[in-house]
Amino acid sequence: MVVGASAAGLAAAETLRREGYDGTLTLVGDEPHPPYDRPPLSKQILSGEWSTQQLPLRPYTDLDALDLDLRLGAAATGLDVPDRTVRLADGSRMPYDGLILATGVRPRRLPGKGAHVLRTLDDALALRDRLMPGSRLVVVGAGFLGAEAAAVAWKLGCEVTLLEPAPVPLAHAVGTEVGRVLSQAHLDRGVELRCGVTVTEVTEEGARLADGEVVEADEILLAIGSLPNTEWLADSGLAVGDGVVCDQYCEAADGVYAAGDVARWDNPLFGVPMRIEHRTNAAEQGMAAARNLLAAPEARKPFAPVPYFWSDQYNMKIQAYGYLRGHDEVAVVEGDLAERRFVAAYGTGERLTGALSVGMSPKAIRAWRQAIAGGTPWEEAVPAGTPATEAA
Amino acid sequence: MLVELDVPKCVASGQCVMAAPDVFDQREDDGVAILLEEHPGDELLDEVREAVAICPAAAIRLAEQ
Ligand SMILES: Cc1cc2nc3c(=O)[nH]c(=O)nc-3n(C[C@H](O)[C@H](O)[C@H](O)COP(=O)(O)OP(=O)(O)OC[C@H]3O[C@@H](n4cnc5c(N)ncnc54)[C@H](O)[C@@H]3O)c2cc1C
Ligand code: SF4
Repeated sequence: MVVGASAAGLAAAETLRREGYDGTLTLVGDEPHPPYDRPPLSKQILSGEWSTQQLPLRPYTDLDALDLDLRLGAAATGLDVPDRTVRLADGSRMPYDGLILATGVRPRRLPGKGAHVLRTLDDALALRDRLMPGSRLVVVGAGFLGAEAAAVAWKLGCEVTLLEPAPVPLAHAVGTEVGRVLSQAHLDRGVELRCGVTVTEVTEEGARLADGEVVEADEILLAIGSLPNTEWLADSGLAVGDGVVCDQYCEAADGVYAAGDVARWDNPLFGVPMRIEHRTNAAEQGMAAARNLLAAPEARKPFAPVPYFWSDQYNMKIQAYGYLRGHDEVAVVEGDLAERRFVAAYGTGERLTGALSVGMSPKAIRAWRQAIAGGTPWEEAVPAGTPATEAA
Repeated sequence: MLVELDVPKCVASGQCVMAAPDVFDQREDDGVAILLEEHPGDELLDEVREAVAICPAAAIRLAEQ
């Protein structure tokens, strides 16, 4: 049984079938739609470039071929680990032999009514309907999601203001210099970016800041991070703390695995517990969890990926491999920061742990993935004399 | 086996090239995937299935086995 019918849950279900499991396979999801893809929501769906027809993760025939007991619009409300049952919102109890948890995350919100969030298809369509030329959009949070939405709204002719609590957007993830260069893309287009401001409340007029000022808006989008969907597991006995806590095999309890945005697991490649909200990780971890669930105990494999993500903002494609958070060093190893065409390497404790590219051939960055997977020492990866930008 | 690539969906991640290098490549400039072999031999079935599963844009489909 798989709970959560999106990227991670579907990857898990497909892998269970591919690996030869031919018993009953139940896929439970609380959204009404068949599994669909989220990254286009803040890109081609928000801009209107794509119709919703392009969003399903699999065509109907492929989904059908999996022979699933597919339960859409059905929320799981409880888990009994010793009894091996999942409780659904309609009161039914579903027995399972093995279980994969893939319930993802939901957006953080602020007090007050009327603000948009951007996580589901319905969220994206609701926001899209309100973005007209000349309308004033305030985006709270200038992370990747906020930046993408701001870029689309700008292109649609909206007057966009980004409000960001940190002094430099994304600095905690990509470093101060790279964060500054990325945020320059907003300023170049006349998108207003106010950093170091905290929004405390959404009001009818706009976004209220900590000092009482109200930034007026027709529409407000909250892009201030997310919370793992784990409340339904509260009395399950599973360890939950910013995600479902798993070991290096993605196992949370006997016969219970977790994958995707909701899972916090020990990544042996970096030696730290992590929870990754990237599309590629959802698929990879769904596959890994499914394989480990079916495998004999000694045949299980630790899940040790080099995380990957991309983001499209204005005409920039940003791609990154590795684990950038908490890095000690950043160095520009190819290209030029100011031209927004570069590869930056990230080091943590003497070792290469990440690489981020902007505007370079996407092929170029694949070599860095290998170097990160191989645990290349920083000194070797980044030749002496390479211009280092300051650490985050 | 028949492989389909939905080019407009591709996000240039390169996952397919790593999973099935004999079947996919990426364009030099923008990294968009290229289908090298529309009808790969059966020995590549596992690799192609891996690429289908891992593509973060759901852009690859195994139309026939
Ligand atoms: C707008 C947007 C843009 C993005 N862009 C990018 C990008 O450019 N690059 C990138 O790498 N990543 C991007 N991501 C992140 C990527 O989409 C996620 O990492 C991925 O969707 C995670 O998949 P998941 O299956 O783990 O979780 P989710 O996609 O969150 O799916 C979880 C599913 O479980 C359901 N669920 C929750 N609780 C229950 C319950 N109790 N019972 C039943 N079902 C439940 C949810 O409703 C949901 O359908 C983006 C995300 C969003 C929202
Ligand atoms: S894996 Fe998918 S998105 Fe990535 S390059 Fe290949 S086809 Fe494109």
